[in-house]
Amino acid sequence: MTNHWVDLKNSDLVIVMGGNAAEAHPCGFKWVIEAKKDRKAKLIVVDPRFTRSAAVSDFYAPIRAGSDIAFLGGVINYLLSKDKIHHEYVKNYTNAAFLIDEGFKFDDGLFSGYNAEKRSYGKDTWKYQMGKDGFAMVDPTLESPNCVFQLMKKHYSRYTPELVSRTTGTPQDAFLKICEMMAETSAPDKTMTICYALGWTEHSVGSQNIRTMALIQLLLGNMGMAGGGINALRGHANVQGITDMCLYSEVLPGYLSAPTDADVDRKTYLEKRTPKPLRPNQMNFPQNFPKWFTSLQKAWYGAAATDKNDYGYDWLPKKDGAYDVMAIFERMHQGKMNGFFCQGFNPLASVANKKKVGDALAKLKFLVVIDPLATDTSEFWKPHGEFNEVDPTKVQTEVFRLPANLFAEETASFTNSGRVIQWHWKAADGPGESKSDIEIMAALFLKLKAMYAKDGGKLPEPIMNLTWPYRIPGKPSPQELLMEISGKALGDVFDPKDKTKVIVKAGEQVAGFAQLRDDGSTSCGNWIYGGCWSQAGNLTARRDNSDPSGLGQTLNWGFSWPANRRILYNRASCDVSGKPWDAKRAVIKWTGTAWGGNDVPDMRPDAAPEENVMPFIMTPEGVARLFAPAMADGPFPEHYEPFETPLDKNPFHPGNPKAVSNPAARVYKGDMETFGKAKDFPYVATTYRLVEHFHFWTKHSKINAVLQPDQFVEIGEELAKDKGIATGDKVKVRSNRGFIKAVAVVTKRIKTLTVDGKKVHTVGIPIHWGFKGVTKPGFITNTLTPFVGDANCQTPEFKAFLVNIEKI
Amino acid sequence: MQVSRRQFFKVCGAGLSGSSIALMGFSPTSALAEVRSYKLAHATETRNMCPYCSVSCGVLIYTTGDKSKNAKADIIHIEGDPDNPVNRGTLCPKGAGLMDMVKSPNRLKFPEVREAGSNEWKRISWDDAINRIATHVKKDRDANLIEKNADGVTVNRWNTTGFLASSAAGNEAGYLTVKILRNLGVVALDTQARI
Repeated sequence: MTNHWVDLKNSDLVIVMGGNAAEAHPCGFKWVIEAKKDRKAKLIVVDPRFTRSAAVSDFYAPIRAGSDIAFLGGVINYLLSKDKIHHEYVKNYTNAAFLIDEGFKFDDGLFSGYNAEKRSYGKDTWKYQMGKDGFAMVDPTLESPNCVFQLMKKHYSRYTPELVSRTTGTPQDAFLKICEMMAETSAPDKTMTICYALGWTEHSVGSQNIRTMALIQLLLGNMGMAGGGINALRGHANVQGITDMCLYSEVLPGYLSAPTDADVDRKTYLEKRTPKPLRPNQMNFPQNFPKWFTSLQKAWYGAAATDKNDYGYDWLPKKDGAYDVMAIFERMHQGKMNGFFCQGFNPLASVANKKKVGDALAKLKFLVVIDPLATDTSEFWKPHGEFNEVDPTKVQTEVFRLPANLFAEETASFTNSGRVIQWHWKAADGPGESKSDIEIMAALFLKLKAMYAKDGGKLPEPIMNLTWPYRIPGKPSPQELLMEISGKALGDVFDPKDKTKVIVKAGEQVAGFAQLRDDGSTSCGNWIYGGCWSQAGNLTARRDNSDPSGLGQTLNWGFSWPANRRILYNRASCDVSGKPWDAKRAVIKWTGTAWGGNDVPDMRPDAAPEENVMPFIMTPEGVARLFAPAMADGPFPEHYEPFETPLDKNPFHPGNPKAVSNPAARVYKGDMETFGKAKDFPYVATTYRLVEHFHFWTKHSKINAVLQPDQFVEIGEELAKDKGIATGDKVKVRSNRGFIKAVAVVTKRIKTLTVDGKKVHTVGIPIHWGFKGVTKPGFITNTLTPFVGDANCQTPEFKAFLVNIEKI
Repeated sequence: MQVSRRQFFKVCGAGLSGSSIALMGFSPTSALAEVRSYKLAHATETRNMCPYCSVSCGVLIYTTGDKSKNAKADIIHIEGDPDNPVNRGTLCPKGAGLMDMVKSPNRLKFPEVREAGSNEWKRISWDDAINRIATHVKKDRDANLIEKNADGVTVNRWNTTGFLASSAAGNEAGYLTVKILRNLGVVALDTQARI
């Protein structure tokens, strides 16, 4: 979330789309109800189902799963053609005025530079025109045909209400009503917020779904405002924190992009990641990258990291390709992997195409499951009737299952969706011989270190040199670890403006990332958490819930990264002169000498407005990107059909077979053949969560199992009538990859839509069952889902695929 | 009347008569006329967080005993933390069932192994488990860690063993996990953030 949970109450208009907060995030959704009650805010819900979020909305519109960009692109067209945008904001705070390369084109569904064989784009033309002064060229009148604003206008002019409605199935009048309501927030003192979740991410166009809404929020001037922003309602209680710690292949802690084979040495690596400003006077904050990276190296290698050995740069692995979860299972399926660990992760249930995942696990030499619960994955080799048909004698994988503690049994910090890091305390020991994840990882590491010390082996240096300053080596304390994450001075740190003045003494905790250095004098495990444990102590454990501004900022409750800032880009909540767009919801303002107010300013504190330092400090431009060359599948979002579409074409590009589904999405050999066609699988399926269950955990919890004991699927009345299915009937739902059986629930809440002249029915599939648990045993719903993901981040397409359904 | 939240809680806990008296402004000592003692009044209260969705609601966990060294704490009740500015004491139907998650019959209690081709679990000791796993890990790493690529660039990656990390773990466990894995050379690393 760019904003935070309580801030939802400050909104004038809340959009719930690509999510169902009332059921998936009930206690956070309460702040939407507060906004409705206290501010007379309106709530709009757009969803294939009439959800419980829809039930309390002011306006609901149905949409076909997988057509969100068509809908939102239509909104952009409405705002631009009716001139309902926040002009000052767009002109100053976005790249609307920037001139784009003359060679940039968009033609029949493909951007310039497409390579069909590689399914990817060359980006030679996706770039700014550069001036002789080394800065990007701009046209402040926004009239040049090659400025971003005009290109965008042209791009979205195709998204007419008629075509939007024909593609999405949303009635035209409902679509226009929503456009009108959104457009009202282009007034500088009105804000709209968006709550989305996996309903937007789990698509082959997931990243672009979100970007389309980001464009809308920028056009309306809603970023940085109280009650505005782009709010991803995330999955687990600490999925934000684990993302920040970067337990995935592309990045190191704090989103530092991981070295690849091209980054032959530290110098090359740093140069590529330390951008030059693209406009004069901008903060270009990523220019500090060397300080963050060097401090991480010092945290990991301590005294062994020196300028003589590139601070241990070569000890870090370099990445040679994709290693996201689908890429990992693809490699495993090809027999290229021997060992695998699942720490609190149940991939047999939660990754696409269960059969492929199970077959892949059976090719391993060893699998280690670290979990508080007996997961389905840990028993992938064990027959569980028709729910898991397998012959164990044919599975040669050695499987270890290690009992871990859970939340109540550990002292730790969790980071919520609003980036607030909060400390919690252990209440009791776990059952039996269970141990914490920290102890388990420490035991494994110390055993390996002892083996390398005794017997030698390949590349022992990073193992032997890894810092391990913990008082009890086998039991690093969470306090020691959070202090390491937050960072400290190894030598005295001096004020850059006055080299004689010590700002942090050697051995002291740093107050924030601004005190980190690239000369080895500081260590910090994760720069964005810098200062969360300062000399003042553990700021994540603060429990002062006072809220003097009334905005719900609670600046002394926990610690919000970065720098305890609660609303990101909050400089954009003020006009160019530093005056809040809305005085009643002022986040920060320019006081004449400094920025200050009800939040930690997202701006250099002494940057006077006349210096023209723009609010989006993490871009070298200083402004937000309406045109974003970093995306894999286009600098502007474009509608593409899901890989399994009920239509035989993309209504936006009916003549181009290459532009039906995302042309830049990765498809593995053999997987294209597993995609089903509408003639065999005529119904759109979408998976989702229920208010009574959490993922694949609560099927192990008795009270939740009592509330929702048995697997079911939902269908609309029209489809039920066509297929002769009544509520309570047992049905079989098939995709091209497998089948599940479940009880049918016939409901008015899923309507048949008319899309491109034909009727489209939706089958709704809750995900929570499996063959392990205290619920009735059920089928793993990801038996059905396709093995393809978003072109940018490879999140699987769980939300829009094709099935058939029949009564058993 | 000056009563702390906890004192007030104890007073209210004494039952309807006690809480009515307290609300009318009488001294908390009046509550000694209780009918039966409220069991949480003698429990230890620990501030924790719901592990489910990313609202990350504050919870209060009540355990038997006073956390003294030889007292074995047992969790007897979990409820929302009214001081938490986000959930303000509320819990949803998922979180309201947290006790049954902690006490699930499917909690793992000791390390186990399922040998290749076998159809059953076998209990083993932690020492055995860590020894056997570390032996597998070292053997695979020593055999397959790539020190240089075809161009002679030092790459030091080990991509034949992978790891999926937990979003239920705390930041500290996550950090220690990535610190260890990256320095073993692991690149096949992912987390629930992706899905």
